[in-house]
Amino acid sequence: MDTYKEIIPLILPGLTITLKVLVASVALAISVAFVAGLARLSRFALVRKITAVYVELFRGTSLLVQLFWIFFALPAFGIQFSPFLASVVALGLNYGAYGSEVVRSAILAIPNGQTEASIALNMTRWQRMRLVILPQALRIMLPGFGNNAIELLKGTSLVSLITLTDLTYKGLIIQNNNLSYTFPVFVVLLLFYFIIALPLIFGVRKLEKNASRGVAKA
Amino acid sequence: MTWDWQFAIEIFPDIASAIWLVIGVTFGAYLVSLTFGLILTFLRRSSFKPLAFLTYWFIEFVRSTPPLVQLFFVYFALPAIGITLNKYLAGILTLGIHYATYVSEVYRSGIDAVPKGQWEASRAMNFTKIHTWFRVILPQAIPPVIPMLGNYLLVLFKETPILMAIGVGEFLQEAQLIGAANFRYLEPITIVGLLFLLLSYPSAILINKLEKRSKLGYSANKKQKGMSVVGTDGEAVKQSAGG
Repeated sequence: MDTYKEIIPLILPGLTITLKVLVASVALAISVAFVAGLARLSRFALVRKITAVYVELFRGTSLLVQLFWIFFALPAFGIQFSPFLASVVALGLNYGAYGSEVVRSAILAIPNGQTEASIALNMTRWQRMRLVILPQALRIMLPGFGNNAIELLKGTSLVSLITLTDLTYKGLIIQNNNLSYTFPVFVVLLLFYFIIALPLIFGVRKLEKNASRGVAKA
Repeated sequence: MTWDWQFAIEIFPDIASAIWLVIGVTFGAYLVSLTFGLILTFLRRSSFKPLAFLTYWFIEFVRSTPPLVQLFFVYFALPAIGITLNKYLAGILTLGIHYATYVSEVYRSGIDAVPKGQWEASRAMNFTKIHTWFRVILPQAIPPVIPMLGNYLLVLFKETPILMAIGVGEFLQEAQLIGAANFRYLEPITIVGLLFLLLSYPSAILINKLEKRSKLGYSANKKQKGMSVVGTDGEAVKQSAGG
């Protein structure tokens, strides 16, 4: 037990970094998801095509490859990100691409009658989306976003490979300095990630229950 | 400094030569996840409640902790309690068990979709448990979820680069070595990205086609299912919306 007591304070600074990366990239991912999700339903074919290329590009390759590309390859074009910024951009764009599918499928799940009714009420396109479609689509999206947030949390551990001192990186340093800590360090790491994920797991479960409650099935 | 074709062509074979290793690891891990996933599904349905409860939390734990840390745990920490694996085996087992937790959810959704009457009929016919599972339930539960299972093969494939962290020489590790030796990262890492795209995109389209076809075949009695997949399992949305 004593070794665990010694390890936890050493690893805590990494927790702050992991949480910072998590919050920043979730924020970026959600913004990207909405923009890309709506753009894929745009009435302009060019906008739809460009967004589709972005989404397929980021869903068709690995997160780690994208992270490395942004951190190691982009400087060749004169764009040099700090490890933190590179991590947030890679995670945000990658999960933004996944999230855009959640947004798109949720909007498509809203029955056609809603669109027709708003046209009949003489609403503008923007009003229709903002006042009728999105409020209903949002509750369908929420569990999907929650699941993506858990996936994103798992993805944050990859930033240790581009030298950002997150939980995983701190753990590796402690393990390197004292090999007898190897086993407890990784147990502590796994538990830390699980504890961060727990509120998300329960949140998703609650959202899933709520998503179907009190809504007339079309 | 911009793209250098000659350098790119020169290093392409070195990176692409890792393809058999990557395919081997992917299929190895997939096999582990398909088998272990089925075991997890059975354990979770066990009538011995503590076992079902334990399995449930095992699945939640493995699903929500990073595969990279699990990989370190298996490769670095398990030897401390006497289990030593080489890096390939460690990689295959870690990825396999990680995705087994996802695959078991897929099996579960397939099994839940088998009508209750099938169980009752099997009981009425006095079938044994094994007989019921392997001759009645699973043959009906698995085919509808094959496209979803196929998606996890792609997800697994895209997850293989994390194995570079324990020195498995897959695409990204090769690219990283070449990049470090030449101080040029643009070409090698771009090639890795293209390789992934080249291998995964056609498969994604294929799986998507398969999915559309299987939906046609089963849509008669499962009209509601598409909706509930969107609503109750965001993961399924994420994976099945590919292509």
